[in-house]
Amino acid sequence: MSLNAYFARHAQTLIGSLGRILQEPLAALMTMAVIAVALALPLFLNLFLQNARAATGNWNEAFDISVYIDKQASESRLQAIAKQLRARDDVATVRTISAEQALAEFREYSGFGKALDALTDNPLPNALIVTPSIVASTPEGTDALKAAIAGITDVQAVQLDSEWVKRLHAMLVILRRVVLLTGGLLGLGVVLIVGNTIRLDILNRRAEIEVMKLVGASDGFARRPFLYSGIWYGVGGGLMALILVAVAAAVLAAPVERLALLYGSEFRLQGLQWAPAVVVVAAAAALGWLGSWLAATRHIRAIEPS
Amino acid sequence: MIRFDGVHKRYPNGREALCGVSFAVDSGEMCFLTGHSGAGKSSILKLIALIERPSRGQVFVNNQNVSGIKRRGISQFRRGIGVVFQDHKLLHDRPVSDNVALPLIVAGVGRSEIDKRVRAALDQVGLLGKEKNRPLELSTGEQQRVGIARAVVAKPALLIADEPTGNLDPDLALETMRLFKRFNDVGVTVVIASHDVHLIDEVGARRIVIDAGRVAAT
Repeated sequence: MSLNAYFARHAQTLIGSLGRILQEPLAALMTMAVIAVALALPLFLNLFLQNARAATGNWNEAFDISVYIDKQASESRLQAIAKQLRARDDVATVRTISAEQALAEFREYSGFGKALDALTDNPLPNALIVTPSIVASTPEGTDALKAAIAGITDVQAVQLDSEWVKRLHAMLVILRRVVLLTGGLLGLGVVLIVGNTIRLDILNRRAEIEVMKLVGASDGFARRPFLYSGIWYGVGGGLMALILVAVAAAVLAAPVERLALLYGSEFRLQGLQWAPAVVVVAAAAALGWLGSWLAATRHIRAIEPS
Repeated sequence: MIRFDGVHKRYPNGREALCGVSFAVDSGEMCFLTGHSGAGKSSILKLIALIERPSRGQVFVNNQNVSGIKRRGISQFRRGIGVVFQDHKLLHDRPVSDNVALPLIVAGVGRSEIDKRVRAALDQVGLLGKEKNRPLELSTGEQQRVGIARAVVAKPALLIADEPTGNLDPDLALETMRLFKRFNDVGVTVVIASHDVHLIDEVGARRIVIDAGRVAAT
C-alpha cells in the first residue's frame, strides 16, 4: 500500500468513525458530557491555582527586606550599597532611609516624641528597604537574596518576614499536588468511561468484526475505527470541559473583582489561555485513544469468526 | 491444494466432529463435501479457513501446514481464500458495493482499483447496477450472489462455500452452483459443503462423503 493510500485510508476511517458517532448524537453527547465533567474539575482547580499564584505574586513583592547599616558607615556608603543592590536581577526596588528620616518618622508615628527629646544621640541606623523582584519571589530566592545582602560590608542586620512567603508557597504546593492527584484520578476515569463506551460499541458490532476477520482483517485493522472513535469522544469531552470552565470563570469574574477591590487590588480573574486549552483537548484526545485502545485490543482479540 | 492427514477435531464441549479425516483436493479442482447434517462438513471448511484448528493431524492448504500459522499470520492467510456462507454474512448497514469491496479494503487496495474490481465481480454474478442497494433490499438469491461476489473479488485461488444453496429455491440453487462452476472453469479451486445430492449430480463434480466425522467415500 502506498503512503498516500495509507493516509487516505486513515482519513476515511477517521471521518467514518465521526459519522458513526453522530448517528447517535444523544448517546455521544452524554458520553462526552461525562468526560467533560471529569476533566472540568481538575481544569477548574488548575485555573484557581494559576489565579492564586498570580494574585499572591503581587503579595510576594510586598514582602520587603529591611537592611540595617552599621552606624559607623557614612551616608555615601549607604548610597553605594543601595546602588550595588539596584544592580542585582533579584532586586526590584531599593529605598534609602537615613537615620534622621527614621527618627523623624518614629517621632511622628510612635507617640514617644517627648521621650526621644531626652536622647542625646540618634539610636537608629541608616537603613534600606529592598523589594525582591519576581526572580526572588520564592522562599529559596528570598533566602538567597537575604544571605547575599548580609554578606555586604557594613550591613549590620537583614530582616525578612519570610515565614509568610514560605507558608503561602507551602499551601500552593499542596494545592498543586491536589490538582495533579485529582487530574490523575479523573484522567483515569476518562479512560474507563471511553473504554466502557467502546466495549459496548464493539459488542454491538460483533457480527461486523467477525465478517471483517473472515475476509482477512487483522486485529489492528478491526481496531482502527474504534481508536478514532475514542479520540473523537476525548476531543468532544475536552471541548465541552473548556466551555464549562469558561462559563464558570465568567460567572465568578465579577464577584472576584469586587472582592479584590475591597482589598485595594486591581486583580482580575484570568480565564484559560489558548495554549493550555489546546493542550487540554490534546490530552483528552490521548486519554480517549488510550481508553479505546485498552478496550478494543482486549475485546476485538476475543472475537473470532465461528 | 488441500490435504487432510488424519485430522481429528474435538470441540471444547467434548463433541468429536472429525475422527482421522484424510483426503486431498487438487489445485483447480471442484469438489463437494456431502453428508448428513452434523457429519462434519462445516468443521472441515472451518479448518481450511483457519476458523478452527485441528485437535490432531495436519491440514495443508497451498502446501502450507496451517497448524504452523501463528495468530498474527491468520489474517494474511485468509486473504487467499474466498468464503461463502449459507447465511451470507453481509453488513446490512452498508451498500452492496461496500460489502463486496471489504476484502480489497482490508488488503489495502487503492480506491480506483477497488471500484474497478467491485464492478467486475458484481458483473460476474449478474448484480451490476445494484451497487447502491442495501442487502435487505435484495432477494435471498441476490444476497447470496453478493456474498459470492465478495468471496471472489480479491481473486482467491481457493473458494470454499458452506451450504451456499441452503436457503434458495431449486432454480436459484442450480444457478448459484453454475456460478461456482464458472469460477472453477477459470482455475479457481472450489470446495462446497452441501447435502443436496440432486444438485451435486446436476453440476457433476467429485464428492467426498463425510459420515459421523469420517470420510466414507472419496
